[in-house]
Amino acid sequence: MFEVSLGHYLTLGAIIFTIGVIGIFLNRKNVIVILMSIELILLAVNINLVSFSIFLQNLSGQIFTLFILTVAAAEAAIGLAIIVVYYRNAGTIRVEEIENLKG
Amino acid sequence: MLAHAIFFYFFSFVAIISAIMVTVSKNTVHSVFFLILDFISISCLFIMIGAEFLGMIMLIVYVGAVAVLFLFVVMMLNVAQQKNQWFKSSDTSTHIPIGLIVSLIIFFELIIVIGGWKYKPDIIENFSDNLISNSTNTHTIGSVLYTEYIHLFQISGMILLVAMIGAIVLTFRKREGVKRQNYFSQISREKNQGVELVEVKSNEGVKIDV
Repeated sequence: MFEVSLGHYLTLGAIIFTIGVIGIFLNRKNVIVILMSIELILLAVNINLVSFSIFLQNLSGQIFTLFILTVAAAEAAIGLAIIVVYYRNAGTIRVEEIENLKG
Repeated sequence: MLAHAIFFYFFSFVAIISAIMVTVSKNTVHSVFFLILDFISISCLFIMIGAEFLGMIMLIVYVGAVAVLFLFVVMMLNVAQQKNQWFKSSDTSTHIPIGLIVSLIIFFELIIVIGGWKYKPDIIENFSDNLISNSTNTHTIGSVLYTEYIHLFQISGMILLVAMIGAIVLTFRKREGVKRQNYFSQISREKNQGVELVEVKSNEGVKIDV
């Protein structure tokens, strides 16, 4: 109980990953919250990589976490730019009203 | 060790609660603030288990750049006060049980994998070759990142460049009625277009018509 092991960190990563997936599925507000849920999922992946890197005494996990940080920042910038353009064209970013590609 | 456990449970509790609040809070600005709280507590966890450099980088990149970017977009788009309609709207409620089922299946699969998984007994001896124990975390990361992973490092720089150019190109628009400099016509102007030599008569002066 009081010995924090690798499993504790992996469980924390799994919980945050699941919260991110739930946030994507159940979102009825706007697209920005979906982007925040994607950031949560990337955060969970980072937790897994860093905890494996620490407990296995190998540095590759932290290096890859650094690259994931880079890609997450780029993805947030591009996604927010797309949202701004969509809001300028359509006037709304509510998830229910974005139905141009309704299949 | 007891203090370590207490801090771990405290930070992970804060992280989980704020992650839930990101998805359920009514106000988008509050969601961004809870996202910031989540990143801060996770970076505290990183610092606690010995990845100090990544914890600090995470504070700088996520809290300093990404969360501020989210706040700017929320501010510009005027979407902060939209109501949350999770369980109210009847026609769109069919996806809620499906989403919950899929999410819970993912969660239990992850838990099963974590619970039923073991190291090979010699894996730490085989893998722990490049972690120098008597230097700092930042020093060790630098010594690996700039030698073995230099190409990936430069490619990630290219990714950032492409993201910057892409964001600018996407959000750029030409407005009507704005006076701008035209550098080409400004530079390619010649002497006979700009300067005129006028013969000035005495006691009459010069009349300049523009």
